[in-house]
Amino acid sequence: MPIEKFTTLISTCVPLYAENVDTDQIIPARFLRSVSRLGFGEKLFYDWRYDRQGNHRKDFVMNDYRFKGEVLVAGKNFGCGSSREHAAWAIIDYGFRVVVSSSFADIFRNNALNNGLLTIELPERFLERLFNIIKSAPSTEVKVDLPRQLFEVLGGGLVEEFEIPPYKKKCLLKGYDDIDYLVSHSWLIEKWEKQNNKL
Amino acid sequence: MALNDKTIFDKIWDAHIVHTIPSGPSILYIDRHYIHEVTSPQAFEGLKKRGVSVFRPGRTFAVADHNVPTRHRHLSLSDESGREQIEMLGENCQRHGIKLFSLDHPQNGIVHVTGPELGITLPGMTVVCGDSHTSTHGALGSIAFGIGTSEVEMVLASQALLQHKPRQMRINVEGELQEGVTAKDLMLHIISTVSTECAAGYFVEYTGPGISKLTMDSRMTVCNMSIEMGARGGLVAPDNVTFDYVKGKEYAPSGEDWDRALDRWEKLPTDAGAFFDRELSFDARKVEPMITYGTNPAMAVETGGMIPEIDRMEPALRAAHDKALRYMGFSPGEKVKGKKVDYVFLGSCTNGRIEDLRAFASLVKGRKKAEGVTVWIVPGSMQVRRQACDEGVAKILEDAGFEMRYPGCSACLAMNEDKIPRGKYAVATSNRNFEGRQGPGARTMLAGPLTAAAAAITGKITDPRELQQNQL
Repeated sequence: MPIEKFTTLISTCVPLYAENVDTDQIIPARFLRSVSRLGFGEKLFYDWRYDRQGNHRKDFVMNDYRFKGEVLVAGKNFGCGSSREHAAWAIIDYGFRVVVSSSFADIFRNNALNNGLLTIELPERFLERLFNIIKSAPSTEVKVDLPRQLFEVLGGGLVEEFEIPPYKKKCLLKGYDDIDYLVSHSWLIEKWEKQNNKL
Repeated sequence: MALNDKTIFDKIWDAHIVHTIPSGPSILYIDRHYIHEVTSPQAFEGLKKRGVSVFRPGRTFAVADHNVPTRHRHLSLSDESGREQIEMLGENCQRHGIKLFSLDHPQNGIVHVTGPELGITLPGMTVVCGDSHTSTHGALGSIAFGIGTSEVEMVLASQALLQHKPRQMRINVEGELQEGVTAKDLMLHIISTVSTECAAGYFVEYTGPGISKLTMDSRMTVCNMSIEMGARGGLVAPDNVTFDYVKGKEYAPSGEDWDRALDRWEKLPTDAGAFFDRELSFDARKVEPMITYGTNPAMAVETGGMIPEIDRMEPALRAAHDKALRYMGFSPGEKVKGKKVDYVFLGSCTNGRIEDLRAFASLVKGRKKAEGVTVWIVPGSMQVRRQACDEGVAKILEDAGFEMRYPGCSACLAMNEDKIPRGKYAVATSNRNFEGRQGPGARTMLAGPLTAAAAAITGKITDPRELQQNQL
């Protein structure tokens, strides 16, 4: 089952100025009772987005009309904590296609990439400048160029190269899926099992 | 440093590589796969859509644990969606021939307690589960790590994962823990020193007398908390403590198979000249009973310590602390000792094993639960519960005014009805004090089982050693 292909994207950003954003904030555990992958977007950052009565919290960035877009920018160690893939599903379901941070928790990064959500790691100083630019000019657009592995702030000349494992890059560009790869190699796995007394 | 010397991680990893994609990840074979009701339904749904069956059903073990009730288990779940997940786990296991430890099974429990205690996890194995605390199983001398649901689907479909080899870190712990200080305190001490992201991208091996002198239950606490410093997983090389623990377990090898397995396992420990990308060292003798005051596990201090002043912190760290302290209702510079406690939670895959219940009981013996404190004692498994009853631990708890419940993840992540009410303070032996983790607005203070017991008896944050001294 192919994932959505990713090549380039031009978008405004939503700046979430917080470090160590854990998956319990991204999607609280009480919303994990679903048996489907869909519909988590409305619960994204639920306890930061809504107050006890279910009204929008004015002080949360996703409720600020000035900040819209398909790129979420957040502080270091984004996605730490629980392995729940629901966190990646919620971010995608809400409409984000890219998350930018100076570092990601390992399991979250894998979950994101496995669902076609691009995680981009940028140096802390670049991230700090990006936050400042977006804050002072919310309509600033950024360009994400996966083939060239470039993250560019349009109009300001600010550009930075980002790393992505070549295999994962290919998967995103072509829409390939790890599960299809593994299933197509089950003959090899079975052969290895026989050689290694695993059967 | 000798070129051919390998770490235990290298040895296990290399022995499970099926194939490496040129300049890409490797196909890593998985020996043991655990699943539970919350992160597996979408994986089975994916298999169905692809028309793929489970590749090696005998290597997957299922447990219902995350949203199960810890009281009145004979009644059906009050929550319909939670019930649907548990029923779906049952149906999926039946359809694919997967062994299930269902809610009414005598070996039901938290997946990371049940797996090791049945000998399903063994030294030298690769172990995964759709749960970040899978790192617990590393205590057996295995490579164990948490995965997402897409990866659960990969393992179901192929018994393998595509993985890049992580970097390796060694954390050496000199000395031994003092009386009244537990493995949990050691980990809160380490994490509060190094931060919650220090080990991101690394797999950790714990070494030194501070680790080898620990029991298996304590080693599991250590490995369990690895993820809270960002590590992919943590492990302890197998030794006689490990072998004694594993021997005779239901799923462990026996007879000649045992001898052969032991031969293999004894070769696993890291070679003297093996390379680590990073090495850290700690002194167990300096560790005091610890407690968290903030909203991540690195925000921890000694029970006799103070909540830090934030004026001189870096701007981002200060902002995080300011937000955390406002959430917790604490002020910089305050003492944590003496703070009022409303709830105490003893349990979880971090501290829900028999040793933890024994530690708690040792402190409350002959005392009474404090008025106004609600205490939830949730054993990690049915086996732990039975053992607590047989050993008289349950009786001590009962005499002191406590009730022992049935196993499950319970108030660690509050998916069931065990939720800490908004604004209330809970001393919890679990692993995460994130905002709302134990229920919306709940204020969690992580600690070890002795500090939890001290809070349950006094109704406030107390250094457990003060009560231990009075007991003499």
